[in-house]
Amino acid sequence: MQVLTFALRRFGRLLLTVLLISTIIFFVIRVIPGDPALVIAGIDATQEDIQAIRAQLGTDRPLIVQYLSWLSDIVRFDFGTSMISSQPVTQLILERFPITLSLAVMGIIISILIAVPLGVLSAVKRWSLWDYLGMVFSQIGMAIPSFWLGIMLLLILAVKIKIFPLFGSGSIRHLILPALSLGIARAAVLLRLTRASMIEELSKEYVITARSKGLTERMVKYKHALKNALLPVITVAGIQLGYMLGGAIIIEQVFSLPGLGRLFLFGVYQRDFPLIQGGVVFVAVIFSLINFIVDMFYSVLNPKIRIR
Amino acid sequence: MEHLLKIEGLDVSFNEQARALRGIDLIMDTGQIHGLVGESGSGKTVTSTCIIGLLPVPPGRINGGSMIFKGRELLNLSEAQRRSLRGREIAMVFQEPARYLNPALRVGEQITEMLILHQDLEKQQAIAKALEIIDLVGLKGGTKTLRRYPHELSGGMKQRAMIAMAISCNPSLLIADEPTTALDVTLQQQILKLIQDLKQRFDMGILFISHDLAVVHEIADRISVIYAGRIVESTTKKRLFEEPLHPYTRLLLLSIPDAGKRGTRLKAIPGTVPDAEHIPSGCAFHPRCPLAEEICRHQDPETADYGSNGEGHTAACHMIGKKWIDL
Repeated sequence: MQVLTFALRRFGRLLLTVLLISTIIFFVIRVIPGDPALVIAGIDATQEDIQAIRAQLGTDRPLIVQYLSWLSDIVRFDFGTSMISSQPVTQLILERFPITLSLAVMGIIISILIAVPLGVLSAVKRWSLWDYLGMVFSQIGMAIPSFWLGIMLLLILAVKIKIFPLFGSGSIRHLILPALSLGIARAAVLLRLTRASMIEELSKEYVITARSKGLTERMVKYKHALKNALLPVITVAGIQLGYMLGGAIIIEQVFSLPGLGRLFLFGVYQRDFPLIQGGVVFVAVIFSLINFIVDMFYSVLNPKIRIR
Repeated sequence: MEHLLKIEGLDVSFNEQARALRGIDLIMDTGQIHGLVGESGSGKTVTSTCIIGLLPVPPGRINGGSMIFKGRELLNLSEAQRRSLRGREIAMVFQEPARYLNPALRVGEQITEMLILHQDLEKQQAIAKALEIIDLVGLKGGTKTLRRYPHELSGGMKQRAMIAMAISCNPSLLIADEPTTALDVTLQQQILKLIQDLKQRFDMGILFISHDLAVVHEIADRISVIYAGRIVESTTKKRLFEEPLHPYTRLLLLSIPDAGKRGTRLKAIPGTVPDAEHIPSGCAFHPRCPLAEEICRHQDPETADYGSNGEGHTAACHMIGKKWIDL
């Protein structure tokens, strides 16, 4: 019962978030300079041509009318058609989402696989060689931009030693290098968090209790402390996954992956209003959903959350 | 007769300069509750940490002394041997159950993991045993309670869960470090009663650590008073309350609030416990002692036995038998 009310409340919050974000983006893209009719018509177009295109796109109507009609469309899950390619926005997004999804999931898995074991090891063997290596890794990982790392990976592993394809998409092999460049950058942050969280938990009183019960050091650390230490790590990893699902614009550009990031980037270049709006709503929903799932997961691990 | 635990001359320092324990002598017997009383910083918790074998080394260091538990010298045991005693033979109950219980593990898990480890029980047997134990300590709700997380229990229930954990493997020595301090008065009474019942039932020796002489009076059979890392007086509860010898004990007794003497001002002992890095020369209590004379400033008094009728009564003070003023 508690779980259900918790879930319902979070779902209500999700709807509110999406409504707010879509409203903001609707007005913002119309306030900033740039007119899709101009983009479509080209430089030579006459004033009449532009007017005709505006009428066709519906952008000649008053703002509030446009907003209400768009809102009534999206509650019916209709995101309209792209002004440039004339394809349904939903179809455009769904075509590219699998690539972004697999990239993000692989990225976060790589990041967790690096960060959690290294972070725990650093915390447990504090000031040891492991800790030192972990710190160096996270310093470097945070300092270098992921697009540079991507280019280096391409140069070494796709150009010099031809293990991975240089560009294209369609198979797991195409995703490994971009996922690595995303994952390593995220791992740097996650590693520090894991280390700090584990060190904090190891200094808590319940660790003394666990030792006083005669448990082995391994049980004290990896059962009692680790379970508590992972809570903040899961939250942050979830948020990172949410970000990556919005499309990793730069990485997709470096690896020429036709993902969401590139789709939205071109949408913005060409002032394709329905595509930008649809994209933002989509990302907002995904982001909120991930947060929701993380919170549910979190409440399983940390039962205190549910009560509030 | 062999004692359950015999500590002699236990000397512990931190970071070289801080002298936490300066030769603790303590004798505990089975079936007895031994109250260890002192102000905060006097060395109560360091003593219990040494007994259970969790003194962090470094910064802590045991410089000398001995701790004989059931005929075995604890200080000669390996870490693995110490660990196998912990929880099984020597168990501990802490002051604030809310902080000393793991928030992320169910109460049942925290009890059964000990049974599985120390008594080689299967999961199902361990759960059955855990049910018996929580019933014994007055935790109601059976299986449902085992599936609860610590925060879902009230303060008193948490402390009962903590006690259930500690006694689950029938230890012969239970250390209770201020187990009632974090609880309100009615709960305090219930927990004290529970500890007494459990002592009878399991025939344990219990080291009851407290800063509160009134609480210790209710529960202890013997009492040792600790001051600045030394036991200054140790005897039966009756003798300690009726004929205290050490001026520190006498002052402590005067500072107990008494409902029958409303309106009179409570006597507080002036000054504070010296910190372990700045122990005064001579008798560590002399700066706060109304009886102090020249000798107290230079020479640390030996512990001597002033007992009679077979009841031991040790104290460490130069002025015993020489000087007596009403405090």
